[in-house]
Amino acid sequence: MLYPNKNTNNQEIRNDQKGITNPNLSNPNNGESIAVKELYVSVSPHIRSKITVSVIMWSVVIALIPALLGAIYFFGFRALSIVVISTISAVLFEALAQKFWGRKITILDGSAAITGLLLAFNLPPGVPLWLPFIGSAFAIILAKQVFGGLGYNFINPALAARAFLTISWPQLMTTTWIPPKSGFLAGYDAITQATPLTLAKLDKTLQVVQQLNSWPVIKNLILGNRGGCLGETSAILLLIGAIYLLIRGFISYRIPIAYIGTVLILSLILPTPLSPLFHIFSGGLILGAFYMATDYVTSPITPKGQWIFGFGCGLITMLIRIWGGYPEGVSYSILLMNVATPLIDRYTKPKAFGAK
Amino acid sequence: MFKHLSRNRTVFGFKGGIHPAENKELSAHKPIEKAPIPKRVWRPYVQHTGIRTKPIVSVGDIVKVGTKIGEAEGYISVPIHASISGKVVEISEIDHPVIPVRTLTCVIESDGQDVWEESIKERDYQNFSKEELISIIRDAGIVGLGGAAFPTYVKLSPPKEKPIDTLIINGCECEPYLTADHQLMLEKPNEIIEGAKIIAKILDVSKVIIGIEDNKPDAIKIMEQSIPKNNGFSVVQLKTKYPQGAEKQLIKTLLNRKVPSGGLPMDVGVLVHNVGTAFAIYEACRYNKPLIERVVTVTGSCIREPKNLLVRIGTPVYDLINFCGGYTKEPGKIIFGGPMMGIAQYNDEMPIIKGTSGIIVLSKDEVEISQEENCIRCGRCVSACPMDLLPCELNNFIRKKEFEKAKSYNLFDCIECGCCAYVCPAKIKLVHAFIYAKRELRNALS
Repeated sequence: MLYPNKNTNNQEIRNDQKGITNPNLSNPNNGESIAVKELYVSVSPHIRSKITVSVIMWSVVIALIPALLGAIYFFGFRALSIVVISTISAVLFEALAQKFWGRKITILDGSAAITGLLLAFNLPPGVPLWLPFIGSAFAIILAKQVFGGLGYNFINPALAARAFLTISWPQLMTTTWIPPKSGFLAGYDAITQATPLTLAKLDKTLQVVQQLNSWPVIKNLILGNRGGCLGETSAILLLIGAIYLLIRGFISYRIPIAYIGTVLILSLILPTPLSPLFHIFSGGLILGAFYMATDYVTSPITPKGQWIFGFGCGLITMLIRIWGGYPEGVSYSILLMNVATPLIDRYTKPKAFGAK
Repeated sequence: MFKHLSRNRTVFGFKGGIHPAENKELSAHKPIEKAPIPKRVWRPYVQHTGIRTKPIVSVGDIVKVGTKIGEAEGYISVPIHASISGKVVEISEIDHPVIPVRTLTCVIESDGQDVWEESIKERDYQNFSKEELISIIRDAGIVGLGGAAFPTYVKLSPPKEKPIDTLIINGCECEPYLTADHQLMLEKPNEIIEGAKIIAKILDVSKVIIGIEDNKPDAIKIMEQSIPKNNGFSVVQLKTKYPQGAEKQLIKTLLNRKVPSGGLPMDVGVLVHNVGTAFAIYEACRYNKPLIERVVTVTGSCIREPKNLLVRIGTPVYDLINFCGGYTKEPGKIIFGGPMMGIAQYNDEMPIIKGTSGIIVLSKDEVEISQEENCIRCGRCVSACPMDLLPCELNNFIRKKEFEKAKSYNLFDCIECGCCAYVCPAKIKLVHAFIYAKRELRNALS
């Protein structure tokens, strides 16, 4: 390094008076110097990228819009009400909590809106309208602001709230499914009343399994014409947003690839009668892999760590789906891996350039 | 593009890096103009990395262009010469453009004559021995002109146990805005190559690679035409990516060798010299001319007419800005060097020193003043870091004053290129934190 004593005393030194500029420069060119009233002085770099936290956060919101429109299409006005209540209350609780702890109010950065939106996406469409309100309060206050706000929470707030709601109101969270408007499994009421994964868990008869592995079912899983949480049903709409985020470089490709890849491989080697395609497109895997496992704050920063994180999510998801008590394991797998993130980061520190 | 790759040379890459807006069009392809001889020059006795130069003139002395005014003291030190002819009017402690303390400075007032030392004249240098060439380069006060300002002759005298097999001439100029090296390559390709030959002769290397980023196709073409054929010289076109011109990244890209952590390029058998340095070496050997002038890009949105100028070292910035037509609007920031690694100035009165490659004047609305937000652990800094560090983790340690922990996370491998701070969406002042922590650790040692 050139001059080791580079000025680092102050973050931003404003030089407000011409008078304090070098009095020792004896008579500089008889006033030829152009009056420079004030200059900003800071440590390099002097240029910054235009990408800010709020640009990234609002891009995620934009990426979720196709799936949101899909939810409204499949589940009607009720879906919109849940989303609106969940999002507005998340923003509201963010403001209240920040006021309470004397922090800067940062509701415009979009992070609370994402939490509200993702929470709504993780609720069955038939839940009473007070449930998203309670969920947002839990997500923002107890899973995020208690720990210091954005950047300090150790688990994904929306998933934490979903887990909390599932434990507190299991009935509401697991039975209030609504058949999609144009129910695809006409004649199979048992199926339309539940999610395909619930059905797979409850009914292991050959006929049902064959039905679930059939192309019409897979097609509808991809398009979204099925029972499930608000935002998780249409893989294709979620993928449109995910591709947008990947192109802009706002989410890591490693976590979703590792996650979905693990599910794919495990569905081939573990004893499950269901096809890999069914495993990938059912439940909340696409939503979880692209939008929740990739949450910056609660996932590893190291490239190697992101691969491990995605693998862990996939493994736990499949273990829960096949042997667990719940039909779906996406949210718990991500929450468990969130907790492991600091550990993963510590053991996957990349080797510095030229280090032995 | 593959035309260049086909010259028996594979271009490897380096991880990380960024693509900031180049803004080179402001001054690119503007012929190098001679800046007017200033009425006064300020020559600080510290213009290089190393030991301060010892003054050997006193107030009232008459000097010519090229008169030695400071003698090297110790090994890592080089002399300093008068860059105008006239009278020494002051030698005192004065503010310095890059060191935050006042340093001994020699002020020379011009006699308006521009009289040069008689010894500065054309000569044949082909028969000089290696030792003679090294001492010429030392006596000419040549330092690395890319910005680091390390005495060149020290780099040219590697210890015996570190054999050098490749010389890299760095024509990347990866910093945005700067075009001085680009223009020098366009106008003085043969002189740069002669300089490279001198370095190659001193080091006894047969392989010379000139690395140029692909945003300067005309420079690549002209250098390719100028290099001697079948003589170990080659020009390699590199993908434009900051910091391609950083020594370690350049060596990795061209030779796929990694300079070990804490090591020097000579540890992997390589020396890197900037094109400007090669040109200065040529002039020193050919004309016995000390380093008294250099090419400086004066640019930025506030400058009426951005230019590439041949400047007498020691010229105050306002002289150059006046010569470029003055300010178009009120300046917000004046930077010595590039916008990624340059040093912001408190005023426009500081003198050009040996290592000053550019003067960038940003307007008030271009000045980056955003507030820091919480780190959201997005990992953009990790992907951008060309040294494979974890900038956000380092920053966390430093904010908690856990300097030793930061050190164990390879803080000292940080080259302060600024990529992490550039991409950080939370606008955290990462480089600031790293410089601070390095200083704390160094202070703790001493």
